[in-house]
Amino acid sequence: MSKKRLILEGSHFMNGDVACAEGAIAAGCRFFAGYPITPATEIAEHLAQRMPEVGGIYVQMEDEIASIAAVIGASYAGLKAMTATSGPGFSLMQENIGLAVMTEAPCVVVDVMRGGPSTGQPTLPGQQDVMQAKWGSHGDYEIIALAPSSVQEMFDLTIEAFNLSETYRVPAILLADEVVGHMWEKVVIPPAEKIKILNRKKANVPPEAYVPFMPDDDLVPPMACFGEGYSFHATGLTHDEHGYPQTSSSEAQQKLVQRLCDKIRKNADKIIRVEEVMLDDADVVVVAYGIVARAALSAVRKAREKGIKAGLLRPITLWPFPEKHVAKIAKQAKAIVVPEMNCGQLVREVERAAKETPVAFLSKLGEEPHTPMEIFEVIRRNG
Amino acid sequence: METEMVHPLAKYLREAMMPHIWCSGCGNGIILNCFVQAVDELQMDLNKLVVVSGIGCIGRAAGYVNTNSFHTTHGRPIAFATGVKLANPELEVVIISGDGDLFAIGGNHFIHAARRNIGIKVICANNFNYGMTGGQQGPTTPIEALTTTTPYGNIEHPFNLVHLAAASGATYVARWTTLHVRRLTQSIKKLLQKEGFGFIEVVSPCPEIFGRYNKMRTGLEMMEWFRKASMVENFSDPAKAEITPERIVVGEFVDIGKVSYEKLLYEKIAEINEKKMRW
Repeated sequence: MSKKRLILEGSHFMNGDVACAEGAIAAGCRFFAGYPITPATEIAEHLAQRMPEVGGIYVQMEDEIASIAAVIGASYAGLKAMTATSGPGFSLMQENIGLAVMTEAPCVVVDVMRGGPSTGQPTLPGQQDVMQAKWGSHGDYEIIALAPSSVQEMFDLTIEAFNLSETYRVPAILLADEVVGHMWEKVVIPPAEKIKILNRKKANVPPEAYVPFMPDDDLVPPMACFGEGYSFHATGLTHDEHGYPQTSSSEAQQKLVQRLCDKIRKNADKIIRVEEVMLDDADVVVVAYGIVARAALSAVRKAREKGIKAGLLRPITLWPFPEKHVAKIAKQAKAIVVPEMNCGQLVREVERAAKETPVAFLSKLGEEPHTPMEIFEVIRRNG
Repeated sequence: METEMVHPLAKYLREAMMPHIWCSGCGNGIILNCFVQAVDELQMDLNKLVVVSGIGCIGRAAGYVNTNSFHTTHGRPIAFATGVKLANPELEVVIISGDGDLFAIGGNHFIHAARRNIGIKVICANNFNYGMTGGQQGPTTPIEALTTTTPYGNIEHPFNLVHLAAASGATYVARWTTLHVRRLTQSIKKLLQKEGFGFIEVVSPCPEIFGRYNKMRTGLEMMEWFRKASMVENFSDPAKAEITPERIVVGEFVDIGKVSYEKLLYEKIAEINEKKMRW
């Protein structure tokens, strides 16, 4: 087998789910556990074929609860691990996303969003899991979520999700939508050596000196894995730096939960990525993500043609939310327009950051994302 | 010269985690003792041993063993362990958990792990109720037993765990009580050396909670029940091994050879890559 076959390189025409799967392989993911669900199934199907080719593991579990649990297990056994699902499965995963947060298990969860609630519209797109990605598991925590807008980004941001997850020892969620997942586009894959890959910090002290949950200055503890000669305990219970349960200590709860939040909050500037288009002099700014941002960009260009000073702010990182970027544009803009394929989720964050600047929300549910004309009309009314 | 007395198995336990949380008369300590005894007799490499527990009183066992250990969410130790074993098949992955964790909230994971024949070993402490939360009815609570949620007597049929395990495809199935310390230890040794999915049910006393509601207020009284009711019948029909107040069939029920899931998987991966090399 040629090396080229192991990890793809060059230009390819593929769909978003396949690009995500190839991105995972390029990122060094060697464990996938999942359960079939529309519109994410193609990720599992592709990895069932590709994982063995790169010496990795594909396993189909009995449900999504088991899938994410197995992913956490594989992560603790030293592999980069991923699962992929859609809304109903994402709901089932929330329990153990909390476990991954608490035990600081690096892992990637792909949610190719469809229409909800409940079984909803399995084959149609949605952006209805944005708040669930942040708040879905009980308790207080911070998490990372990225929203791809193209098939290229399904590849790129899957790698980015692994890098962030490994760096901060937190689950990273790729919050895609059905259109991006099923759309076919050109993907350019650079040579493997040109792709930036980050790995978790390994334990760097002798086993007797290893304190498994003692953070470094960046608030992230180095990670030993099972079988590496470090004997340690990890638990979903509140624990001290040694990993021992502390179920009645207020101090331990304060210290641990605050650090789990702070390691993301205090590193937010390093984590957050946005795309800014024609914002310098913009009077009307569209804040859009995922597939909707593609239509928003067309609408912004059309507005410019008509003499309206419009711009686009596209959060690539949805969580942590790029509130500084929104606050900055809110100071100069007369209005902000937020189109979303839900009844108003990220718009709440935009409103919070925009303070006094008026925010126009444009909801769309069902078969098609917003058209450029629909978004243009709102820009025109507010321009 | 006086030397400090050290328990011969002390090295297998995390001193920092002591004292343990278990009530006096509880069987969990006996189960943990038999487990570490088996690990000691087999001279297992602790670096390669991973002990996983779910939630419940026995769920604390993972933390007490001085090895790689993980305490999962309720019901998920088998699913977690599946990931560990597949990611690194060199690791010996053992689950020590309770009847509620493994067979109520985690029941689906149990039957599918057994069906797959993944090489993880499950030791279940069956104390007939949810002890940690104060004694509610569970999937193994006997008919007519009193619990805090069956104050008028239990009307649900309990699982016969050994029958369930055998029917689901486990390669090794045994049941003992905490009275059968030597047999249990030998059985755990056998379990740890089996290929594929193995299961031992340990009927265990919970005098503080289950016993209190069911006229067995001390560990001794519960052990007396086990002594009177249990009968060793190796390789009897697991379908006929329901636990009743009069009869607890103990012994080995299944001991078969079957290629493990991880072996098949890794062989398949090697085969695929060999074929590719020839292209």
